[in-house]
Amino acid sequence: MNPFRYERASDARSAVAMLAAAPAGAFLGGGTNLVDLMKLGVATPELLVDVARLPYDRIDALPDGGVRIGAAVKNSVLAADRTIRTRYPVLSQALLSGASGQLRNLATTGGNLLQRTRCVYFQDVTKPCNKRAPGSGCSARDGYNRSLAILGASEACVATHPSDMAVALVALDAVVRVQGPDGERAIPLADFHRLPGDEPQRDTVLAHGELITAVDVPALAFGARSKYRKVRDRASYAFALVSVAAALDMDGGVVRDVRLALGGVAHKPWRATRAEAVLRGAPANEETFRRAAGAELADAVPLSENAFKIPLARNVIARVLLDLAEGSR
Amino acid sequence: MIAARAIGAPLDRIDGPLKVTGAAPYAFEFPAQDAGYAAIVQSTIAKGRVASIDAGAARALDGVLAVLTHENAPRVDSPDDASLRVLQSDAVAYYGQIVAAVVAQTLEIARYAAGLVAVTYAEHPHDVDLRADRTDLYKPEKVNAGAETDTSEGDVEAALAAAAVKIDHTYTTPYEHNNPLEMHSTIAEWSDDGITLHDSNQGPHNVLGDVAQAFGMQPERVRIISPYVGGGFGSKAFTHPHVILTVMAAKLAGRPVKTMLTRQQMFSLVGYRTPTIQRIRLGAGGDGKLTAIAHDVVEQTSTVEEFAEQTAVATRMMYAVPNRSTTHRLARLDVPTPTIFRAPGECPGMYALECAMDEMAIACGLDPVEFRLRNEPDIDPDTKLPFSSRGLVQCLREGAKRFGWDERDPKPRARREGRWHVGTGVAASTYPTRRRPSQALIRVDRDGTYSVLIDASDIGTGTWTALTQIAADALDVPVEQVRLEIGDSALPKAPGAGGSMGLASWGTAVCDAAQKLRARLHDDHGGVVPADGLEAHGNAGENPDAKRFSMHAFGAQFAEVRVDADTGEVRVPRLLGVFAIGRIINAKTGRSQLLGGMTMGLSMALHEETILDPRYGHFANHDFAEYHIATNADTLGIEAHWIDEDDPHVNPMGAKGIGEVGITGTAAAIANAVHHATGIRVRDLPIRLDKLLR
Repeated sequence: MNPFRYERASDARSAVAMLAAAPAGAFLGGGTNLVDLMKLGVATPELLVDVARLPYDRIDALPDGGVRIGAAVKNSVLAADRTIRTRYPVLSQALLSGASGQLRNLATTGGNLLQRTRCVYFQDVTKPCNKRAPGSGCSARDGYNRSLAILGASEACVATHPSDMAVALVALDAVVRVQGPDGERAIPLADFHRLPGDEPQRDTVLAHGELITAVDVPALAFGARSKYRKVRDRASYAFALVSVAAALDMDGGVVRDVRLALGGVAHKPWRATRAEAVLRGAPANEETFRRAAGAELADAVPLSENAFKIPLARNVIARVLLDLAEGSR
Repeated sequence: MIAARAIGAPLDRIDGPLKVTGAAPYAFEFPAQDAGYAAIVQSTIAKGRVASIDAGAARALDGVLAVLTHENAPRVDSPDDASLRVLQSDAVAYYGQIVAAVVAQTLEIARYAAGLVAVTYAEHPHDVDLRADRTDLYKPEKVNAGAETDTSEGDVEAALAAAAVKIDHTYTTPYEHNNPLEMHSTIAEWSDDGITLHDSNQGPHNVLGDVAQAFGMQPERVRIISPYVGGGFGSKAFTHPHVILTVMAAKLAGRPVKTMLTRQQMFSLVGYRTPTIQRIRLGAGGDGKLTAIAHDVVEQTSTVEEFAEQTAVATRMMYAVPNRSTTHRLARLDVPTPTIFRAPGECPGMYALECAMDEMAIACGLDPVEFRLRNEPDIDPDTKLPFSSRGLVQCLREGAKRFGWDERDPKPRARREGRWHVGTGVAASTYPTRRRPSQALIRVDRDGTYSVLIDASDIGTGTWTALTQIAADALDVPVEQVRLEIGDSALPKAPGAGGSMGLASWGTAVCDAAQKLRARLHDDHGGVVPADGLEAHGNAGENPDAKRFSMHAFGAQFAEVRVDADTGEVRVPRLLGVFAIGRIINAKTGRSQLLGGMTMGLSMALHEETILDPRYGHFANHDFAEYHIATNADTLGIEAHWIDEDDPHVNPMGAKGIGEVGITGTAAAIANAVHHATGIRVRDLPIRLDKLLR
């Protein structure tokens, strides 16, 4: 780990100012990802601005039926929140399927969104990696890529985003509220994370110095009928091979509305808009659900070791929707 | 055998309170005056030479005390173990080899400085490709534990040709890393008396000789202290390069030096279980009796030194088969040297054999328990010696009863509960029962305290407690009167914890010392302890009965698995083992040993695999996020039982070693259950969901 300076910010404005003045600085939330990357030499910030203690630790129910989640709210607190569990069980389930109890007690809402994408070669400074060292090449394409992307990858990068929380949030149309040197802005979560393209070093659209202050989750009348299913290589404490976040609204035997997102398949939490389009107004049965999954996965491109993710994603999408449909009858 | 009073009781761990309160010092935690901290620089090529090392930036850093490279490292001599010739030349023989080290005033500075050391290489093409069709496979002179490389009896080919039923399958196991919880750690300190090490190992006397030899010291001038060790699983049985490096560093820095490997470094510096490719052919008559068995193993070693896993040895004695052959062939690759890993040989070998037995039972139309009963031998088929005791049949029957095996419908893929395919499987377990020569000393003081001194090891197994129980019974005193001292090479010489031989070896020596002390106390002192106390040395040699009997522990393991119909995810709601292990010394720590072995076997079946990236020759998944070990959530219901078994031949305690038998056969029981659940036979571990996804 390289030597670095550590500052604790007293408010958002000064935090943003401190970081804006330090091009090689970084915000520190729970540190559960950043500190690991620092130990590995992957992240080498000269300055850490600790924002975990800023007063963004509230979960507020909004008058319109939505919820505002402060950026410093711990993952464990968010998962246990009664409003979240009632209105958006998919979010609580996603949080509880991630990491471990100890990590969830440290990890923050803002930090969770800002986890770097995962790939063993990104984490190994002795190997080529376009994300860590732009232009050096991608070691994963022809290497160990079992857990990597099948959707939206580029020649430059095939890494996957590791967050479970973000998959549920993107299904719920969450909006990220940000404060930067030039003021505040709101970014739909679906647009917050980037596909790698030819700039895989950029995981999100945030500019340097922009600080997440909150995540807004809009009201969703059928949010209570939602579910998160995570498939991984062991029963707990592993990243998703494929995960599915879904909420389903039924009108008799027909899908009135739906929210669907996938995790473990792309450089960003993957909102399954193509599948949603197939589902809306269609009969709620296995045939429809499989057809919807097929539409979403039509452009999936497997790597040398992860072709199984395509049938796996298809099966899990269908299973989750079937469970929700059966539960609502 | 000694009378059992304390023996058998589920005594709480004597060291438990110290451990849970953090008061039991592990190697790295011992205080050392003005200690330096070492950080290791590892090669990033798999073969070649170090062309240059620029340590200028590291040396210039405040707090850096020394940088070791092959150019300035003290010379060491290790004729017995080439892997310990650390920094003795510019040659690189595997990825991750130590090529430099930094010693600094703090660990943080040392690690930062290690990252500043710039090493360039002259890289040579490497060869890390283990395949059964390599033309340069070779036959080692012996395999591990001194076993014959190949054995043959009868005419296997003719018997196979004539067999009414036959199978021919190849099973593979991947690279697996031992990964004890406590990372390998050493503190080295030079003084006028010689070298003192606080070291995390499976036997101080295992390390002593290597260090003495490397530095040309008399063994009396080397002391290894290791009272508490956080697991080993074989990776701490032998001396590894970081130990030698730390002693060198302490010499060069002129002060004590502490080294703790990082988790990632453990993947290349302290060994692993070799991948295996195992072809098994079985032939049987229409009566379900085996007529032929051939077990041919291909595995690997390194270019540094030879390690030959004894994978097929259990096949030589498990079943009554008139025509048998076993072979081991090695590929010599540009990789780190494999090492022993909990039940080396028996663990991967019994996985393959017991899967093949399941496949053969099905081919013969027999229940797999019944098939094993039909092939139970009267004597050891290999050595022709009688078994000192052999409880396999009883374990199979008792296990079947406890598990509810008789209700099983043999048809695969026939049971469905909700989204789960449900199946059950069985496999046998075995591990040799041996012991090594050991010494011990017992001293009794006037107050009636018996001090038992022996360089035994507790690597988390329960030695502190179980050996105290043995001593108490051997002395015929309550355990409260016994004070044990272990884990120090200054104590009477004893073998390390390994090969399921530790407690058997140490207990035998302690019994000998106790018997002598009691005789002396009675005969010479009329039963009254003299004012300055009394002591007696125990000395246990080879077991004379080992020449007259074949000695093994046995067991039977039953698994229920559920396989998700949509995803192929495997869960193991029930794993039940029944073992024939002689007399149990401590029912609590003993059960832990068996449960731990079974858990590790489950982990092997479903999770563990290190990925060697052939382009670089490195282990790509070298941390706990990527190298999966079973978690609590994966171990839903594990039970271990044992039968009453009286074996007076193994040692005075009548106890068989139990550190390893629990891991043997587990992976096969689970693989067999997966087949029963799904109809899919996975012959390549681990059984991950993509292999079951349909």
